[in-house]
Amino acid sequence: MIGKKRILVACGTAIATSTVVAKAIEEALEKRGIAATIRQCKAAEVPSLAEDVDLIVTTTPVATDHGKPIIQTLAFLTGIGKEAVIEQIVVALQSIP
Amino acid sequence: MTLGEYLTEETISLNLEAETSSEVIRHLGNKLFDCGLVKESFIEAAISREQNLPTGLPLEDDLHVAIPHTDIEHVNKPGLAMATLSKPVVFQNMVDPSDSVNVSIVFLMALDKPHAQIAMLQEIAGVIQDGELLKRLVKAQEARDVIREFTTIGK
Repeated sequence: MIGKKRILVACGTAIATSTVVAKAIEEALEKRGIAATIRQCKAAEVPSLAEDVDLIVTTTPVATDHGKPIIQTLAFLTGIGKEAVIEQIVVALQSIP
Repeated sequence: MTLGEYLTEETISLNLEAETSSEVIRHLGNKLFDCGLVKESFIEAAISREQNLPTGLPLEDDLHVAIPHTDIEHVNKPGLAMATLSKPVVFQNMVDPSDSVNVSIVFLMALDKPHAQIAMLQEIAGVIQDGELLKRLVKAQEARDVIREFTTIGK
């Protein structure tokens, strides 16, 4: 019915935190049968990459005016509120036409 | 490789006395440098990255963690250094740098390739999410006890 959703996962260096977050999102979505392409980037790269994705998940502050939904969260690192954030991601992906 | 293999007695500091996040990073960075795991530039790069893009993670039970790291070009080989702090040191919150976090445990990560150290990273995330383990780490008095905790992870 719909194509693969594209998620951009941002953190400071694009090597550590976003690796954990990307893997956790991938596993959570897989469990729910949702197909998504996940790309990691540095927070500073978000403005140039935002256009090509459906949703941005970030662990560091990013400018928020890219016209794409942004979820700022540490839940995938700390475990605190993780289920709620997964739900938020699912809802955000489903509301994208 | 797993956490227990990355951490060695040489890269663990227990009850470290420090006033600032920079002091903690310098202390642990020197350990990684002495082990040949990072270039000398790693230390200042990690300190400056912490100032611009902080890594404090507020957790439950008032026992908070920071995971400083920096770009791969400063790293020779992947490695990990860890400190428990004799009294909490302020790091800024990763997701909200205006928020101060009183950190008791610091993991300084040396990563040499994007995505390559996924096992180490996931294990650190697992440690961060295990409040009981964090309490045991803060109380540990011997580096080998810490290594034993980490060696049993994932087994």
